[in-house]
Amino acid sequence: MTRFQIYIHVPYCARRCGYCDFNTYVAPRAERAGFGDAAALEMELAARWLDSARRGGSGRAAAGTAGARLGAGGEAAALEPAASVFFGGGTPTLLPAGELVRLRGAVERIFGMAPGAEVTCEANPETVSRDYLRELADGGFTRVSFGMQSAVPRVLRVLDRAHTPERVGEAVGWALAAGLEPSVDLIYGAPGESLADWEASARAALGVGVRHISAYALTLEPHTPLARAIRAGRLEPLDPDGQAEKYELADALFEAAGLNWYEISNWAAPGHGSRHNLGYWTGAEWWGIGPGAHSAIGGERFWNAKAPRTWAARLAAGELPVAGRDRPDAAGLELERVMLRLRTADGLALVDLGEGGRAAVAQVVEDGLATVRGDRLVLTLRGRLLADTVTHMLAVL
Amino acid sequence: MPHLDPKLIRNFCIIAHIDHGKSTLADRMLLKTGVVDQRLMRDQYLDRMDIERERGITIKSQAVRMPWTVAGAEYTLNMIDTPGHVDFSYEVSRSLAACEGAVLLVDAAQGIEAQTLANLYLALENDMDIIPVLNKIDLPAAQPDKYAEELAHLLGGSPEDCLRVSGKTGEGVEALLDGIVRQITPPAGDPDGPARALIFDSVYDTYRGVVTYVRVVDGRLRARQRIAMMSTKASHELLEIGVISPEPVATDGLGVGEVGYLITGVKDVRHSRVGDTVTGQDRPAPKPLAGYRDPKPMVFSGLYPIDGSDYPALRDALDKLKLNDAALSYEPETSVALGFGFRCGFLGLLHLEIIRERLEREFSLDLISTAPNVVYEVTMEDGTEHRVTNPSEFPAGKVGSVREPVVRASILAPAEFTGAIMELCQQRRGAMSGMDYLSQDRLELRYRLPLAEIVFDFFDQLKSRTRGYASLDYELDGVEEAGLVKVDILLQGEQVDAFSAIVHRDKAYAYGVAMVGRLRKLIPRQQFEVPIQAAVGSRVIARENVRALRKDVLAKCYGGDITRKRKLLEKQKEGKKRMKTIGRVEIPPEAFIAALVAEPGAKP
Repeated sequence: MTRFQIYIHVPYCARRCGYCDFNTYVAPRAERAGFGDAAALEMELAARWLDSARRGGSGRAAAGTAGARLGAGGEAAALEPAASVFFGGGTPTLLPAGELVRLRGAVERIFGMAPGAEVTCEANPETVSRDYLRELADGGFTRVSFGMQSAVPRVLRVLDRAHTPERVGEAVGWALAAGLEPSVDLIYGAPGESLADWEASARAALGVGVRHISAYALTLEPHTPLARAIRAGRLEPLDPDGQAEKYELADALFEAAGLNWYEISNWAAPGHGSRHNLGYWTGAEWWGIGPGAHSAIGGERFWNAKAPRTWAARLAAGELPVAGRDRPDAAGLELERVMLRLRTADGLALVDLGEGGRAAVAQVVEDGLATVRGDRLVLTLRGRLLADTVTHMLAVL
Repeated sequence: MPHLDPKLIRNFCIIAHIDHGKSTLADRMLLKTGVVDQRLMRDQYLDRMDIERERGITIKSQAVRMPWTVAGAEYTLNMIDTPGHVDFSYEVSRSLAACEGAVLLVDAAQGIEAQTLANLYLALENDMDIIPVLNKIDLPAAQPDKYAEELAHLLGGSPEDCLRVSGKTGEGVEALLDGIVRQITPPAGDPDGPARALIFDSVYDTYRGVVTYVRVVDGRLRARQRIAMMSTKASHELLEIGVISPEPVATDGLGVGEVGYLITGVKDVRHSRVGDTVTGQDRPAPKPLAGYRDPKPMVFSGLYPIDGSDYPALRDALDKLKLNDAALSYEPETSVALGFGFRCGFLGLLHLEIIRERLEREFSLDLISTAPNVVYEVTMEDGTEHRVTNPSEFPAGKVGSVREPVVRASILAPAEFTGAIMELCQQRRGAMSGMDYLSQDRLELRYRLPLAEIVFDFFDQLKSRTRGYASLDYELDGVEEAGLVKVDILLQGEQVDAFSAIVHRDKAYAYGVAMVGRLRKLIPRQQFEVPIQAAVGSRVIARENVRALRKDVLAKCYGGDITRKRKLLEKQKEGKKRMKTIGRVEIPPEAFIAALVAEPGAKP
C-alpha cells in the first residue's frame, strides 16, 4: 500500500532571509491567528475529496470544481492514515506551540495517524524555549529540525540569520530533554565562507549531540536580495567547485562520526533518518496543507494558491485552494523516479530502469558515478555531486 | 530594321570605383538620350538585383543602347556596365573586350582608386580609347584641378583633356556624350565573314531561361537561325534576338559592332559562358575570339545550415543560384561539428559574401560558413600530388612541399599611411615589388602576397589602418612554395574538422593558442576534464583544459521542488538532443558557431 503523509506549510517568518525564495510572509500576529482554523478546514475538504475518490466518486460534491478536476484521473489513492506529519515553513514555531499541537490533533482526527507516526516540526533556534519544546513533545511531536545554518557569525550575517551559534546547542539540549529527536540543518557555500569556516560549522553541528544532520549547498534563487547583491558585485559569486569540496569534507566528517548519508543532503545514525523526507524520494503520496503547498496523489501533482489571503478565501468559500496541476507522462514519471531514487543511499532498482537506462548502467559505473549493489544502482560520492548527469544518462525513455 | 552602319556605332564602358557615381551617371545618360522617361526613372536603373542596389555595386554586367545626335548624324551608343569588384575581374575583362572605348570615371573629391587603376591598365593594354572624366564636381569637397593633374599624369596628355561632370545635376553630361561619339573609334569587323559574337554576360531569367548578352564582332546573327557555342560545341536555335533600350526589344538580327541579347531556351548559364564565342551553325567561324577561360573558384568555404533539416533546402537553393552563376561550385561535405553541408568554391570573398547573403535572404536559410581557404597543392615525399580545397583533407604523412596561390596586389593610399600599409603587408607575408607616387601625396604600393592572407580580413585591416582611404586591387600571379602546415584542433583527442586550418609555420602557434583559448571559453564543463589541443601532425602546440564539472545536483528536493526539478531536467533533455557530440563531449551548436564567427582580428 502506498505510504500517505501530510505536509503543513506555515508561511510566516519574523523576517525574510536574503537567500530564501520560499513562500513566506512577514504577517501580523492577527493574520497568523487565523491560520490554524483555515488549515484544519483544508484538511476536512482534502479528506472528503480523498474519501470520495476512494469510493470511486468524482469528488465533485465534496471539493467543488477544483476537486472535480483533480478527480479527472480517477485513480486517487485510498484514504490511508498518515504515516508522518511535517510542519515546515516559513517558521512554524512562530505559531504558539498549542496551535501546532491542535493542528497535529486535527490530522489525527481527520485522516487518522498510523501507529508510531513521525511528527516533525522545523524550528529556528531563537524562536523556541524549553517549555515550548516540552509542549510539542507532550502534544505528540517526535522530531524537531533546527535551522542552524552555520556556526560562524560572519556567515550567519551573510545569510541574514539572527541567532547566535551557542543558541543551537542549548535548543538541542532542551529538545533531547523533552524526548524529541533533534536534527540540525546547515547551509554551506555562502559568499565569504572559507573551507575552514565550513569545517568549524560541520564540527559544531556534530558537537551539539544530534544524530541527524542535513547539509545544503546554498542555491542562488534569482529574485532574492542575495542574488541581487552578487549581481551588483557587493558579494562574491557562488563557487560550485568550492561547494563540491565542502560537500566532500562534510561527508567525511559526518561518516567518521557515525552519521551515514541516506540522501544526497542528509546524514543520520542508523534508524534516525527522517521517514517523512524519505517518503518524497521513494514514491509516497502526500497532501500539502497551507498556502503554496504541493501535493502528490495518484500520479498527479497539484499545488495551492500561494498568497495566504487567496488560500484562506478559497477555503472559506468551501473549495480546495488548488491553483495548478500537472500530470507527468510516462517519460516524466520515469525521469522523476530515477532522479528521486538516485538521491537515496538505497539507490535505484535496476528493474525500474527502461531499456535505454539499463544499457547506460555500464558507462555510469565505468565513469565512477555509481556502483551496483545487489540489484540496485547506488551513487558514489562523485556521482552524488553529479546526480543530474547520472539522471540524464539513465532516464532515456 | 535596316542594318546599322558600324561607323555610326560607339561601344563604351565606364571604369569606376564603387561609390564614384557610375550608376548615377549612367542613369543621367539614359535620361539625356531620352531612353528612359523622367517619370519612370528610378535610381540605379540598370542594377537589377536587390543586393546590387543596396550595396551600390554592380555584380552582373548589363548593356543598354542609346541614340545620340552629333552634327546632324544619329549615332547608336552602347553602354556596357561592368562589375566593379576584383572577384569579377574576368567579367570585367570580357566587358572591356566588347568595347572600343572607356569612360574613366573618377570622383573629384577622392581621386583614382586601386581597382580603377587596375581596370584602366587593362583597358590601355587592349588599346582602348580612354575618356578621363571627373564626377561629382558639384560636391564642396571636389578638387577637380588636383585630380585632373593625377589623371593626366597617368594617361599622358594635359589636365584640360579631362571632362568634368556631375551625374547628380547633369552638368557636363551632354558634352560627355558628344565626346564619346568624337573620341571613341567605331567598331570594325568583317560584315560578310562567318558570324562571331563575344558573350560578355549571361543571366538566368525565371520566365525566359538564360538571356545571353553579346557583342557582334564579325558577320551577322539572325533570328531563328541555329547558333553554336565555340567552346562547348553545343548548338541551339535562336528563339529571340534583340537590343536593350533599356527594356529588351526583339529585332531580326544583330550586325557588326552591335550589342544585344540572345535567347535560346537553355536553362543554365553554364551552357552560355562569359567569354565564349557565338557563331552560326550553318557557317561556323574557323577560330573563336581570343580570351575564353573557364571560371575557376579561388576561395573555398563550407556552408552549413544551422538547422540540419534545412540541408535539402540549401541544396535546392545552390542549384538555383548555379543557374545564374557559372563560377559557383559546390559539393556535399560532412562535418562532425556542423553536420551536413556543402564545400563551396567562389571567385573571391565578395562572391562568397554575395552568395551567402542571397541564400539567407532569397531562400530564408540560416547558415554558418567555415573560415575561407584557398587551394593548396601538396607534394608528398614519395612524389604523389594532392589538391587540397578543405583543410581537413590535408594529407597526413611525409609532406614534401606545399604551394599556395599568390597575388600581385596594388594598394593606393595617401602617403601618410605608407608605414601602416607596409607593416600590414609584412605581417601577411608580403614582398614589396614597387612603389610609385601618383601625385605629391598619394602613392601606389605593389606587393606580392599569398592569396590566403588576403582572404581572411586583409581588406578590413587595410581600411581600418588607413582610416578608409586605402584601396586594394589584386590579381592572381601563380603559385609559390611556402612553409605551410595544417593545425588541427582536438577535443579529448578527437579532431574537430571545422577548426582545422592551413597556416604558415610561423603562425601555427598563434592560431593554435587563439582557437584553443576561444573554445575553452565556449565549451560547457562536462563530468570529465576535456583537453582542447592544437596540434601540427602529432606535435601538440597549444593546450587548454575545460575543467571537469564537479557538482550539478540540486541540494534540496522536497515537495514542490520535485516538479520544478523534473521540468528543468526535461528542458535540459530537449537541449541535449540538439547537442553535437565529439567523442563523448557534448557541445551546443551555438558554441561552434560562436567560435567560427569570432570577430576578425581574433584570427592571427
